[in-house]
Amino acid sequence: MTEAWLVVIGVGLGTMAIKSAGPVLLGGRALPPRIGAVVALLAPALLAALVVSASVSSGSELVADARLIGVGAAAVALSLRAPILVVVLVAAAAAALARVWGIA
Amino acid sequence: MSETPTGLSFRPGAVTALPLALIVGLFGVSFGVLSVSSGGIGAVQAVVMSASTFAGSAQFAAASIVATGGQPITAIAAALLLNARYVPIGISIARFLPGGRLRRFVLAQLVVDESWALAAKGSGEFDGHRLVGAGVVLWLAWVAGTVIGVIGGEALGDPARLGLDAAFPALFLGLLARQLRSRPAVAAALLGAAITVALTPITPPGVPIIAASAAALIALVRR
Repeated sequence: MTEAWLVVIGVGLGTMAIKSAGPVLLGGRALPPRIGAVVALLAPALLAALVVSASVSSGSELVADARLIGVGAAAVALSLRAPILVVVLVAAAAAALARVWGIA
Repeated sequence: MSETPTGLSFRPGAVTALPLALIVGLFGVSFGVLSVSSGGIGAVQAVVMSASTFAGSAQFAAASIVATGGQPITAIAAALLLNARYVPIGISIARFLPGGRLRRFVLAQLVVDESWALAAKGSGEFDGHRLVGAGVVLWLAWVAGTVIGVIGGEALGDPARLGLDAAFPALFLGLLARQLRSRPAVAAALLGAAITVALTPITPPGVPIIAASAAALIALVRR
């Protein structure tokens, strides 16, 4: 699991640097507004990419399996304003049932 | 609690953070469970990552990319891009953290979305004491939850049978929903999803997610 340790160390050191950059280096100065606006959109862009990747990708292939049914159920739960943990549990239950019933 | 000129009173922030700590702890459990499932990053790795990184969505992203066969460098890059928001967040709280550079470096690690939100007093002002108190409680909950998850997860068996592989995208969807508060955010999300679908068949795993970060550049488009 050397690769896993590489990820753990790389993400850990990088995140420490990112979190402390402002407090250690910049003091109270602000980011230029245009850069701040781009950074603000990084989270929605990346999270949407992660939703797609984690639900329909398998290696370099696009596949529709039980995960997609789980995410669909999660979307319904979210639209009903369910708390995020309930949303995750609904997705897992839907995917597990889809496999049990042989739907996907 | 008494305060010294450089000291911090933790208690108010710690108490306010307790309900959130339960949720964060349960997320830690799910991170631990997913980390010890097949193709996961492993038990000790998961605990070390929770203690050192302390950033939920980035950790789930890195673990998810490793689990789907991505290279370490793509997992690291995607996680750090997700954490890029902590640059402006760190700048916003910089003048409210006490002490010298070393102390500010350590205290800055306690900043997560939740502790930052709890410390906000509005109009750009933050309560540094509350931030640190909340951050310590949430960090303990996150690490303890991860430990419980890696111990319990090994007993759970095949994660696909339990639908746990659908938990990753559902979690990301839930985190995404909170972000969609403006039209540019929705546009960035749709573009990011489209880039991922387009690139998945033609690039190595993990690369489409990093490429999707380019969707944030629409912030520079003048209306």
